[in-house]
Parts: sequence; C-alpha cells; structure tokens
Amino acid sequence: MATAHTSAHGHDHGHHGHGEGAHGSVKSYIVGFVLSVILTAIPFGLVMSGALPAETAIPVCFGLGIVQIVVHLVYFLHMNSSSARSWNMAAFLFTLLIVAILVVGSWWVMLHLNANMMPGAMPME
Amino acid sequence: MSNAHSVAAADAALLQAVEAHDEHHHDDGSKTTLGFWIYLMSDCILFAAVFAAFAVLRGQTAGGPDAKELFSLPYVAGETAFLLVSSFTYGMAMIAAEKQKQSATLRWLGVTLLLGLGFMFMELHEFAELIGEGAGPNRSAFLSSFFTLVGTHGLHVLSGMVWMVTLIAHVLRRGLTHANIVRLTCLSLFWHFLDIVWIGVFTIVYLSGVAA
Repeated sequence: MATAHTSAHGHDHGHHGHGEGAHGSVKSYIVGFVLSVILTAIPFGLVMSGALPAETAIPVCFGLGIVQIVVHLVYFLHMNSSSARSWNMAAFLFTLLIVAILVVGSWWVMLHLNANMMPGAMPME
Repeated sequence: MSNAHSVAAADAALLQAVEAHDEHHHDDGSKTTLGFWIYLMSDCILFAAVFAAFAVLRGQTAGGPDAKELFSLPYVAGETAFLLVSSFTYGMAMIAAEKQKQSATLRWLGVTLLLGLGFMFMELHEFAELIGEGAGPNRSAFLSSFFTLVGTHGLHVLSGMVWMVTLIAHVLRRGLTHANIVRLTCLSLFWHFLDIVWIGVFTIVYLSGVAA
C-alpha cells in the first residue's frame, strides 16, 4: 500500500519527465513575484524621486535590472544547475556571449566611428 | 517465411510509430521544450540587435524631443505591472495544468490574456500619443530606434496572446492532454521570456533615458 502510494506520488511529480519541481510551486512563484516587484520598484523610485544623480542612478538601475533578470530566470523559467538541463544552460551561456559581443561591440565601434569621422559634430553621449 | 515475418514486424513497428506520433510524438516533451528554448535564444539575438541599434542611436534626437520630455515613468510602471502580474498568473496556470485542473488552468490563462491585453492597450495608447505629438518614428533616429525596439517587443506580446487564445481553444476541445501541456510549457517559456526582455526595455529605454 505504502509502495503504491509512493510510486503514484513519484509518477505525479515526474509525469512529464521534467524532473521534480520543473514548473515550480505556488510558493516559488510568489517568492519570485515579490522579489521582482521590489527590484522593479527600487529603480523606478530612484529615478522618479531623483534621489541620486544620473551618473550613479543609471549604473544602479542596470545592476538591479540584471539581478531581476536572474530572479526571473530562476523563479519563472526554472533555470538551475541541478536538473538535467545542461543543453538549455549551454545554449543560454553561448547566447549571452553573442548578445554581449553584439551590444557592447556595436555601441563601442559606433561611438568611436562618431568621434573619429565627424569632427565638429556633437558627441553622441 | 522469414521475409514475411520481417515485413510483419516492420508493419507493427510502423504502426506503433504512427500511433506514438499521433499520441504525443513519443517524447516526454523535453525535446520539444529544448527546441523551443533554442528558438528563444535566437530571439534573444534578434532583441540584442535592436537593443544595440537603440544604444547607438539614443542620443540622435535631431533637435527633436528626447526621452526626458516624452516618457512618463508612472505610465511605464503601469505597463510593467501588467506584464509582471501576467507572468505570475501564467505560472499559476502551469501549476493548475500540471495538476490536471482544467477549469483553474483556463481561468488563469484568461486572467493572463486580459493582463496581456491591458499591456497592449497601454502600449498602443502611448504610441498613438507620441505620434500625435509629432514624435513618431520618422522624427529622429532616436525615435525610429525606440519604435523598432518597443514595437518588436509589443509584436511578440501580441503573438503570445494569439497563441494563448489558440491554446485555450485546444484545452477546451481536448482537455489537458500531454501534447497540450507541452504546448502550454512552450508558451510559458515564451511569456516569461518577454517579461525578461521588458526588464531590459524599461531599464535601458525608459529609466536611463529619463535619468540621463
């Protein structure tokens, strides 16, 4: 009886082969949601109140944005190191590299093109 | 004799394969979600390209209005709230679907759809106001890249909503079958992914623009 119960329970959780907790629990969604609300409210509050000068406020917003992206990845997209999702992680890390090259590279190159090729024009940033 | 036997065996195997295919691709769904994940990664690169264009062009206002004059942060906070809450309600729909609670799944999907509609309504209203003020995509390179970036995200949200309506119809017709749960899982990845892209949008476009 106990065995039957255990196997039924196991079946319930591993039903679709995603492994236990692949879709998270109500609790983990609530934790993720509350963290996201806090991580959204802080940068909006900072900029709307003008509490910090732009040179400090912008890096702080970027930092909090990155933290919030990680929170979403962990609590909503259920990325973690424990499960057999190594291909997801490998694809994600590779994409991160490409995205970094694309965004930082474009911005850097274009900034220098502007500085070098349009003497007398207003600098962009 | 042995020939007939192998033909029969092949037939049986084929029949089994066809049945498995009809049922649910004879796969636990993990291959489908991995494939969809790889699509999402390619979508990340699409967004990276439009973000890069925006980062390069954000200062080129051509004497027109800049971010500080155009954007209202409380309004953007409202849009953000719609998307964030809809991510949470989609999560609740997935939990209900995993537990085979069909009516709860449909209710949460309906709520998610309404929140998505609220977001789309706010975004279109913002676009209409900007264009009405003469700050349309043709005003400056800054505004062209703004409309491209935010519009690309909005189109994704719209397609996610069309997909959601389709899946609601699927669930109504067939119930929470394995195939439908795999489909709902793919849409959940897509929907949460769009919320992540929106974090980039409000940080880079709106907050940095207004703070600068």
